[in-house]
Amino acid sequence: MAINFIEPLYEVVRNQDRCIKCRVCENQCSNEVHRYDSDLKVMLSDETKCVNCHRCVALCPTKALKIVKSDNCFKENANWTQANMTSIYKQADTAGVLLSSMGNPEPLPVYWDKILINASQVTNPPIDPLREPMETRTFLGAKPKDIVKDKSGNIVNNLPPQLELSTPIMFSAMSYGSISYNAHESLARAATELGILYNTGEGGLHEDFYKYGPNTIVQVASGRFGVNKDFLNTGAAIEIKMGQGAKPGIGGHLPGQKVTADVSKTRMIPEGSDAISPAPHHDIYSIEDLRQLVYSLKEASDYKKPVIVKIAAVHNVAVIASGIARSGADIIAIDGFRGGTGAAPTRIRDNVGIPIELALATVDKRLRDEGIRDNVSLVVGGSIRSSADVVKAIALGADACYIATGALLALGCHLCRSCHLGRCNWGIATQRPDLTKRLNPDVGSQRLVNLIEAWTHEIKEMMGGMGINSIEALRGNRLMLRGVGLTEKELEILGIKHAGE
Amino acid sequence: MLEGQFRNPSGCAVAAMISTKGRTFSGEDIIKSIAVMHDRSNGLGGGFAGYGIYPEYKDYYAFHVFYTDSIAKKQCEEFIETYYDIVNLSKVPTRQIKEITDAPLIWRYFVTPLKTKLDAAQLSEEEYVIRSVFKINTQIDGAYIFSSGKNMGVFKAVGFPEDVGRFYMLENYEGYSFTAHGRYPTNTPGWWGGAHPFSLLDLSVVHNGEISSYDANRRAMEMYGYKCTLQTDTEVITYILDYLTRRKGLTLEESAGVIAAPFWETIARMPKDQRDKETYLRNVFSSQLITGPFSIIVGFKDGLMALNDRLKLRSMVIAEKDDMKFIASEESAIRRICKDATNVYYPKGGEPVIIRLEKGVQ
Repeated sequence: MAINFIEPLYEVVRNQDRCIKCRVCENQCSNEVHRYDSDLKVMLSDETKCVNCHRCVALCPTKALKIVKSDNCFKENANWTQANMTSIYKQADTAGVLLSSMGNPEPLPVYWDKILINASQVTNPPIDPLREPMETRTFLGAKPKDIVKDKSGNIVNNLPPQLELSTPIMFSAMSYGSISYNAHESLARAATELGILYNTGEGGLHEDFYKYGPNTIVQVASGRFGVNKDFLNTGAAIEIKMGQGAKPGIGGHLPGQKVTADVSKTRMIPEGSDAISPAPHHDIYSIEDLRQLVYSLKEASDYKKPVIVKIAAVHNVAVIASGIARSGADIIAIDGFRGGTGAAPTRIRDNVGIPIELALATVDKRLRDEGIRDNVSLVVGGSIRSSADVVKAIALGADACYIATGALLALGCHLCRSCHLGRCNWGIATQRPDLTKRLNPDVGSQRLVNLIEAWTHEIKEMMGGMGINSIEALRGNRLMLRGVGLTEKELEILGIKHAGE
Repeated sequence: MLEGQFRNPSGCAVAAMISTKGRTFSGEDIIKSIAVMHDRSNGLGGGFAGYGIYPEYKDYYAFHVFYTDSIAKKQCEEFIETYYDIVNLSKVPTRQIKEITDAPLIWRYFVTPLKTKLDAAQLSEEEYVIRSVFKINTQIDGAYIFSSGKNMGVFKAVGFPEDVGRFYMLENYEGYSFTAHGRYPTNTPGWWGGAHPFSLLDLSVVHNGEISSYDANRRAMEMYGYKCTLQTDTEVITYILDYLTRRKGLTLEESAGVIAAPFWETIARMPKDQRDKETYLRNVFSSQLITGPFSIIVGFKDGLMALNDRLKLRSMVIAEKDDMKFIASEESAIRRICKDATNVYYPKGGEPVIIRLEKGVQ
């Protein structure tokens, strides 16, 4: 047998005094880490298989388990880190492209954490959201250029189609296939209860979920999986996915083992086949082609739905967004380089794209400089981790935020970053019936509702502190932000002052 | 630092009076009225706007300009001469008093756009004037046009408002409507431009408050070509009002519904037509919503509008006597000049009180 060069990163530590050998860990672990040795009458672990998803830890009735970082190490080297070396071993073994899931975990700057929020003192009273109205209702969509009045002086409603959100947060695109039926149902039901929207991702829409259409964004990606006229007309909005923050420049990846019968039917592709979307849309090689697709989709949906164009945050994002804002799109969604994914080549996930904070600041500024900010709404994601990130994003200029990783965490995800393996022990990123049933949509949707309600409360508290009682007065209000520990250049791009200024 | 280089939150006093019959009266009373509220200002800014004060030049734009020196004056006058026909120019008359010091050069020009230049610009006359004002204020160092309307004028300075009134000899002007302002800035403004009223064409605004939506409003208005050089709330409020009424054709009532929009829960209780309209306005003009405390008095050719923020975080009271209507931060300011004023009324948050000249009054 060939030598395995790859050492496990984690150790499963079992307190044998506490272990009652109930074998819950064994039953729960789809990676087959735990097994019972009937001769020795002990539970054993094979940590080479462990992805550190914490399912066993969470379900162990006696709290006998913990997963710890292994202190087994290669000879220390700041350049050839263990991760770099291990990658070489893997590729020398398999000749394969390294695959990963979820967002970029590398220690690159998180600008949200270097931005601080203002509050009122003396000259302007803070407003108490427990005692005064505090408004988070948000409309997304293009605004009319001119006000038209009829003969008797009444304003004529000439608004293009709009989306109305109770709070400026939406669930970002995650396809049925990459995540489970129960995960989709949880998102759809939560969005409906909350008065926000979720997004089908590029995998079509399961027929059971058509009833949640008014709270659904249907996505058209380069693979066109599951796209048909009914699909387009069922959602509240149509999103053209040009790119994704986790993997700018390439299309979606869904490993064949996740393409089960039901997924195959929804996607309209053969069962078990890998669903690798083309890198470009083959009918969009330039901006004028995008305009044609935008209007094709508007024609197909009778001009009743706003069209969103989603792009990854890349170097020249401002110019691209400016082009999109003149293409007939109603909303631009920008996905930062920390955005999640169900599967992406590791090197792309970790090295391509730019932070959403900088992309948002530069796009908002460019659209204003060109006088076309009212043509579109801006939605940002990748990654928004808390209500404070939402507040900062809106103050930088976003109309609303997309969250996806945060939503999965609410459903139980522990960010083991192994979605591409299809063995998600939490029943989220898997299609195995024995695993998907672990996610109860009644519980899942309630947890999502709780999360968004909690964030909305926090947003209101922060708004009130600033003396702002309606979310639109926060949008683009960059004086409410200050940077800490940022360079002149970074502050210039973010369009904010340094703390103390 | 000069005004415009930093944010300068202010508390304030506001007052206004108007004859709805268009009867003219001297500026004496408005000085008395604002003087009562002495303690609401701190000597760092005061000012007045008078309407109907230049009947002999009522068809000409009256530019009131501050100059820091004669070089700025020369540059500015060259600019004005290039684009306008100047029918009269003079120093704005002032009285030397010890309370007002460091006065800039203050000049007044009655002008009308040169027809050839106006035609070449392909702009409406008003837009032409506004762009000239912005150009001078942002590009000619040391020149600042602080009043640009027809048959109206703004008079302001660093000082207590009653001293500012005496400095400008306001008692010598006869108008049908006056507004006044006493400022309580938290920082020393090095410069007179930051005092109120702020005005653009014949629109003038005096304001008490510190708006929390400032930068959202400013960035939106700058996209529409307005340049916020002073970083004051009053400036951006004036631009919003100009944008909504002149450029977008909204009525003052509709504009008030944008600036101090009704809460969604209030809108939900409105009859359908009104609900649809308010929802439309809040959606389309979301960047013009103003939050945070304010009470403003807007002066315009045909009257006055008083408006409070949606939570009524600043005081404001209205009263009347015959054809006279009064607005002030405190009732005492009204009683000082009209003991027996009646119908004293405290408008609710977000409720615009619009007083117009009677029909047929010129």
